[in-house]
Amino acid sequence: MVERTAQIISNERDTDAYFRLVLRAPEIARATQPGQFLHLRIPPLREALLRRPFSIFQANGETVSVLYKTIGKGTDALARMGAGEELSAIGPLGHGFTVPARGGETPLLVAGGYGMAAMYLLAERSPQKGMVFVGGRRRVDILCEAEFRKLGWEVRATTEDGSYGEKGMVTQSLLAELKRDSGKRKLFACGPTAMLKAVAKIADEFKVPAEISMDEHMCCGVGVCLTCVIPVKTASGWEYQRTCTEGPVFDSREVMWEVAR
Amino acid sequence: MKCGMRNGERESPKMNLSVSIGKLTLQNPVMVASGTFGYGAEYARLLDLNQLGAVVVKGIRLSPVRGNPTPRTAEVTSGMLNAIGLQGPGVDGFIEKYWSFLKSLRVPAIINIWGTTVEEYAEVARRFGDLGGVGALELNVSCPNIKEGGAQFGTDPKLLARVVAACRKVTTLPLITKLSPNVTSVVPYALVAEAEGSDALSITNSFPAMAIDIESRRPKLANVTGGLTGPCIKPIAIKLVWDARRAVKIPIIGMGGIQCAADAIEFLLAGANAVAIGTANFYEPQTALAVIAGIQDYLKCHDITDIRELTGAVRLS
Repeated sequence: MVERTAQIISNERDTDAYFRLVLRAPEIARATQPGQFLHLRIPPLREALLRRPFSIFQANGETVSVLYKTIGKGTDALARMGAGEELSAIGPLGHGFTVPARGGETPLLVAGGYGMAAMYLLAERSPQKGMVFVGGRRRVDILCEAEFRKLGWEVRATTEDGSYGEKGMVTQSLLAELKRDSGKRKLFACGPTAMLKAVAKIADEFKVPAEISMDEHMCCGVGVCLTCVIPVKTASGWEYQRTCTEGPVFDSREVMWEVAR
Repeated sequence: MKCGMRNGERESPKMNLSVSIGKLTLQNPVMVASGTFGYGAEYARLLDLNQLGAVVVKGIRLSPVRGNPTPRTAEVTSGMLNAIGLQGPGVDGFIEKYWSFLKSLRVPAIINIWGTTVEEYAEVARRFGDLGGVGALELNVSCPNIKEGGAQFGTDPKLLARVVAACRKVTTLPLITKLSPNVTSVVPYALVAEAEGSDALSITNSFPAMAIDIESRRPKLANVTGGLTGPCIKPIAIKLVWDARRAVKIPIIGMGGIQCAADAIEFLLAGANAVAIGTANFYEPQTALAVIAGIQDYLKCHDITDIRELTGAVRLS
């Protein structure tokens, strides 16, 4: 984990409200593990002081990239920044996904919206190819499908409005696959909390392990402010653990879902 | 700074940056505020902690504390609200997990302590006094986010007197009382703390505040209200330091929205002997080091050889 001034190589619209930001940050790029994140200070935000966390999408040589959606003043300001501008990046942060072992369980990736980006490095570095289940509200919410296909992974897309892929929820197509064959499978998921909760329930039913990446509001990103906590089971009950430090990736069985928001 | 400085010009053998808090001497007056720096280790990879004046750890009570439900923080214009609820490992958990690291630092660790009763404050103070190697204790009588303990002791002069006296009785460690801003005047509290044996005051803690999401019409914090910190509170904090300075002789550690050396110098001029960086740690972890460097530049620019000359040096005429 380092703090570096990173130059923007490119920051272009992907689809609709989604953007791809590529930063020159060699030390961060080299150290990045699948599922980790960057904490960015966005200079044009003068009165909004806090950094914003973003899952790392790709890490190639000297660059890291993120795929983000404009959802508020932080991401709106970021979307207005251009190549050549600089921002402060802390990263790579957090405890990421366990990269599947050769000959181990077949990885099934479950992504909602920009959660897809957080799973790319996992697919890239997995010696074992698997399947990706990606869901979104509309066609424009299905992101970086081509990148996963290029890695040789099968992608099954689902949209709620039926404008692309199968109509319905991403968990329905996951369910169909597990009903067909749930032997020696492991789930990895990133997306809205409701989706993660549904994935955890499915993992329980089929008795397959699941690693889920939680998306929580963050402040410091390094474990001191205790903003991003989620309830996690312990020997004597449960405690709040930090998404930025113990997570963002947790074993789905450890999360105290009945308390989680 | 008004005069141009180049790197390397800062060092001046004659310049004194050190300040004293009771019997504790700090190499410089810049510390990091409780609750914004964890237990030190978390930031060790991002900055050299041995360059700080002191590290003040997050508030600790006797037993572990789960903390409040989420959302616990909300960003507001030039600041933030928090209602963490003093989540922490308790005295034993702290000693087991974090003390060996803090002890290994060359700068003092100041332990922020709290309790729900006068007896608990004293017991926690005694435990840390017995531990050996602690730099000072900061009595947290001003956290606005817990129902019992914290602020109730900081908003009743009689209770405050009992807490400070009880801690004074059980330890020879320097005691710093962190006063609440949530009072009509900070002066009686500053006087009580001084009279009962507090070696210094920390001024100020967060201000009770609230923010609402207008679409959901729900408070932005699960705790409904929280404590406001960040640059937006700085002028109020400066005034509290100024008020207390005219009432007491003991050192004051000024804090509230410091982002740069100029902010820190303002606190010193208002009457602080030292300062603490709080919320800024969250967004610019290097802030404390930049403040130390900037204070050195200021002293050099103004031909001041001793930082202590700045304390209370605001000119009124």
